[in-house]
Amino acid sequence: MASAAEIAEQAGRQDVRNRWLLTTPALAIIFLASIGPLFVVVLYSFLTPGPYGDVKWEFSTDAWVSVFLQRDIFDDTLGIADAHLSIFLRSVRLSFATTVLTLIFGFPTAYFIATRSEKTQALWLFLITIPFWTNLLIRTFAVQEVIRNEGLLNSFLVWSGLTSAPVQILYSDWAIAIGMIYVYLPLMVLPLYASMEKLDFRLVEAGYDLYATRFRVLRRIIIPLVKPGIIAGSILVFIPSLGAYVTPRVLGGGKQMMLGNLIELQFGAGRNWPLGAALALTLTVIVTVALLYYVRYVAEPERRHG
Amino acid sequence: MARSNFAIKRQTGFATVAMICFALLYIPIFTLVVYAFNEGNSVAIWQGFSLRWFEAAWNNEKVVDASIRSVRIASVAALLATIAATMAALATTRTRPYRGLTFKYAFINQPLMIPEIVTAVALLIVFARIKVATGYSGLGYLIAAHTAFCIPFAYLPIRARLESMDLTLETAAADLYATPWKVFTRVTLPLLWPGIIAGLMLAFVISLDDVVITEFVKSGGQDTLPTYMLGQLRRVVTPEMNAISTVFLAISIFIVTVFFFISRRRT
Repeated sequence: MASAAEIAEQAGRQDVRNRWLLTTPALAIIFLASIGPLFVVVLYSFLTPGPYGDVKWEFSTDAWVSVFLQRDIFDDTLGIADAHLSIFLRSVRLSFATTVLTLIFGFPTAYFIATRSEKTQALWLFLITIPFWTNLLIRTFAVQEVIRNEGLLNSFLVWSGLTSAPVQILYSDWAIAIGMIYVYLPLMVLPLYASMEKLDFRLVEAGYDLYATRFRVLRRIIIPLVKPGIIAGSILVFIPSLGAYVTPRVLGGGKQMMLGNLIELQFGAGRNWPLGAALALTLTVIVTVALLYYVRYVAEPERRHG
Repeated sequence: MARSNFAIKRQTGFATVAMICFALLYIPIFTLVVYAFNEGNSVAIWQGFSLRWFEAAWNNEKVVDASIRSVRIASVAALLATIAATMAALATTRTRPYRGLTFKYAFINQPLMIPEIVTAVALLIVFARIKVATGYSGLGYLIAAHTAFCIPFAYLPIRARLESMDLTLETAAADLYATPWKVFTRVTLPLLWPGIIAGLMLAFVISLDDVVITEFVKSGGQDTLPTYMLGQLRRVVTPEMNAISTVFLAISIFIVTVFFFISRRRT
């Protein structure tokens, strides 16, 4: 006769086994069409490029070397790969600018929403959510129409007399930055709002009781309290910005490349799949570091404090 | 009470910035929609109201083809993703922590954590091999890719719904000698429906919107509406693009609105 404890333990084990069975389809699909292929990318980054794309099955570390370095064609010495480096720097710079500017615009917006009455809050949130769920390509296209030479922005600039002729914005770094700020703004506002909604305004009131100015209350009370939201929003904006592909392709016009476009180029006209694989993995590493930072300093402490 | 009308929540200039933000968010979208009804060929000069570009899009075989393909892929992928996500959500909620639970969370959310372009080239590499090896080049690749990245989106609302659900009803049913299957179909599933529908719609919109992964995975002649539009944006743009975008926008907004009301009913 099995004891009650044994029966309970067996039931528990059975339960865990069932739970694994139930998860199998989801895990299998994600493994086959998302995680598994990443391992193949690692493999490919150590192979030799084939003459017409794809790879030859010969081991080589050339791809990794040429992510940051290039061999001089004359004396065969290694130097810094200027072209890649400049694209890396542009990607980081543009992503950073996007993050800072969405924060500057998003912070007051999120605060505004969080301080409305409960009913109107839902409406404002809904207005932020709609652009968030509409097609990224369509939103990028909408920005393109506004900033093109004969678009709304330039028409306004000329009409108001600020400039005498249209300013070429499209196909510049500015265009990419404007597009990314527009596209990723909701990603900043939503987590900021989530942390502001929980803000205890008694602390703000206490600040005023102690004769703090509005700016001091903002700087010494509100901003420190919503810091998790600031970091969450910044990471949520920074990560997709760094890997952006559609926005720089449409608004940068193919000349102003970002990392995503450089990766694509290796699989298209560049015909250097190993290099493309190595670049893709480099991007993944940067993103993972940012995510780990987020989990370590934002998600975990927040869970611990409830 | 000198301070009785002192607004403690107010911050100078914040409301103004917020209004500017909302205006900036919606001006481009409104402009896009308005010029869809332009009579002329321009997306910048207004020449009178007309529906001709909607008609042009409707009669454009490539647009219709791509739209049908988009809906087909999104329906199948969303359905598969929702089934897999529902099962996974049932298995990862309402339990004491067990070994592998954290692993499962990380695994299911993985598609959200890797830049899309990386997944796209990874799939390009793998599917190119499989295409050569098997000779099959149908929509299966796109459906598999879409199902994978839709799972975390479908999983989210279903898990949230399950976690807010009361276990007592199911326990009561079990106490009254209902079989586990009966408990599931008669009690759990009816309570879970709003979450499942929300997950399904979210997955559908996410699949419908995808550009990057589709662009890399598709074989020749497998354009979806977004990849068709991406190709067109390289050329001179006519208001036909605005017309297509407007219809697309209307569908997305409709689905999101329904989603919004379903998920708000939770409380």
